[in-house]
Amino acid sequence: MTTSTVLAAAGSVSTGEAVTFWILAPLALFGGIGMVAARNAVHSALWLVLTMLCLGVFYVLQAGPFIGMVQIIVYTGAIMMLFLFVLMLVGRDSTDSLIETLRGQRVAAIVLGLGFAGLVGTGLYQALDQTSTVGLAQVNAEGNVQGIARLLFTKYVFAFELTSALLITAAVGAMVLAHVERRKQDKVDQVSTMKARFAPGNYPGPKPGPGVFATSSSVATPARLPDGRLTDRSTPAILPQRELTAEETSLKGTDK
Amino acid sequence: MADFGRDPWWLVLGKIVFAFAFGLLATLLGVWFERRVVGYMQVRPGPNQVGPFGLLQTLADGLKMAFKEDILPKAADKVVYFFAPTISVICAVTALSVVPFGPMVSIFGHHTPLQVTDVPVAVLLLLACSSMGVYGIVLGGWASGSTYPLLGGLRSSAQMISYEVAMGLSIVAVFMTAGTMSTSGIVAAQGDATRLTIFGTEIPAPGWYAILLLPSFIIFFIATVGETNRAPFDLPEAESELVAGFMTEYSSLKFALFMLSEYVAMVTMSAVTTTLFLGGWRAPWPITIWEGANSGWWPMLWFFGKVIALVFVFVWLRGTLPRLRYDQFMRLGWKVLLPINLVWILVLSGLRSIEDWDTRGKVIAVGIPAGLLLIATLFWPSRRPQPKPTTQEQVDNRPYGSFPLPPMDLQVPPSPRITRVVAEREPANIVAGSDSREV
Repeated sequence: MTTSTVLAAAGSVSTGEAVTFWILAPLALFGGIGMVAARNAVHSALWLVLTMLCLGVFYVLQAGPFIGMVQIIVYTGAIMMLFLFVLMLVGRDSTDSLIETLRGQRVAAIVLGLGFAGLVGTGLYQALDQTSTVGLAQVNAEGNVQGIARLLFTKYVFAFELTSALLITAAVGAMVLAHVERRKQDKVDQVSTMKARFAPGNYPGPKPGPGVFATSSSVATPARLPDGRLTDRSTPAILPQRELTAEETSLKGTDK
Repeated sequence: MADFGRDPWWLVLGKIVFAFAFGLLATLLGVWFERRVVGYMQVRPGPNQVGPFGLLQTLADGLKMAFKEDILPKAADKVVYFFAPTISVICAVTALSVVPFGPMVSIFGHHTPLQVTDVPVAVLLLLACSSMGVYGIVLGGWASGSTYPLLGGLRSSAQMISYEVAMGLSIVAVFMTAGTMSTSGIVAAQGDATRLTIFGTEIPAPGWYAILLLPSFIIFFIATVGETNRAPFDLPEAESELVAGFMTEYSSLKFALFMLSEYVAMVTMSAVTTTLFLGGWRAPWPITIWEGANSGWWPMLWFFGKVIALVFVFVWLRGTLPRLRYDQFMRLGWKVLLPINLVWILVLSGLRSIEDWDTRGKVIAVGIPAGLLLIATLFWPSRRPQPKPTTQEQVDNRPYGSFPLPPMDLQVPPSPRITRVVAEREPANIVAGSDSREV
């Protein structure tokens, strides 16, 4: 039994719990506000990480060390990291624009949000003010982890398995979406890539830049290979390959 | 577990300072140790000028680093750029708080375990620390506002999440065998040696999970190397591909903090491996014949010995193996380590449900062959090499119009540079020769 378990089981709020709460609760709130207010998506994600970390510590304070640690490992460590992974690829200059599409939307959202928070807060405070914890010592008697395991694999086993089935379905779906069918003969190793590169008929050098040795500096103008042929590898695939005719390249007589 | 949470405040403070100082000192000595050992492996002396045996080299380097210019890139995200190295260091050091350094000792009349604290989910705390440590690297890479660091950061996030899965699964086997998640509990569970009777002779069965759960140990150590970004898995840094990966733009003390976190993480992971698989502070077998080996302050010596041995393995790996390609690395994590781990956990739980067999006996009977099988699989050549055609056959089989080749029996003429060097040296030789002739 940890000190934190003892802390919460005592019924009344101990000093340690109160101090931790009053340090972390403003931080968690601050993180939440920062997440909404931050203009940069990565900053938003980081504020959310702060809130999640505080929540993890709160779980530990409330005699649930296992759920607290899992909150930090799974949500903060893995899921938010995947979010960051995507956000980082978006680019660091992508900030949200602050133009309101609906007039007065922001003020209305702030007022309604504060009102909702006030309602929920007072409601919970009124309901739970005089409530004390019951049975915490019994469920944590043989250890927090063991208690959770017992419940998960007896009473809630169906819900647990159903959730895991849902997650597996999602994972399989993602894999199907990302899967590219590749036959065995399509796979090429390094040696055969090199052989194909130096096979007769293939130009082994790097691609010439568009417009090299060409009559025009347009991207659509194909480059010339060292032997004088035009190469269509130098132009983007969506552009048709064409060379300007003598008539097109001659002066139009507009600069008299 | 009942021994914790009873210390006076000065003792708690002392333990925290000790763990912190251990991390810092281990870095100072660890860098020196690594450079000397790698130097020895590469047949060169390594740092040997500053202090006895070059011991103070890291200190001198650290001082120099502190006085260097602190460069802040123009495109950097200033706040995140500043916080990233600190996140790394904090996470690496925090993990040391649940590592047991020794058993109960008496400090100024207080009986206390040599461990900052212990919780029922201590191993999960270690996992949480390592998963939060990823943020330091990823944010450092992103906040630098430059391409190579960003690539390093992306690599590291994918790498560390993948290897965390393998690492977590190998710890599951430890949980199942020890029946607890607290580090001191796991060390205690590795200590109660049962006696096996084989052919009438009674021998003490090994309690270390490195032997009982050999497959888990191997996978855990591989995942540890991946998790600490050490060679051969140092893809986030990858000096030869990404310059220095996530720390390309960092300089001065911020760079020093990243270095510090890397070495502290290496030592922390060695300490965790020792705790989970190598019996923690318990003395290894020949010493256990002596009765007092596992009490008092002695166990700290065994603990540090094991940690140093593991750090040596880290250095050894770096000195031996080349860096993996990124796709090979990911394939190893997801397609080799993960399935083997899952199968092993299944086998282990099956074994545990067999009633009429001593637990330790059956785990040894299956675990060691399974571990050897795993080693064999890991080192098995992937496919038999096909008989290669000779060079002449390859040349003859080339299609018409291929690039011209030099003749196969071409003698390479000696490099003109060699003759020049000899010509430049000749006057010195002549003078020496004439001197000797005169004598």
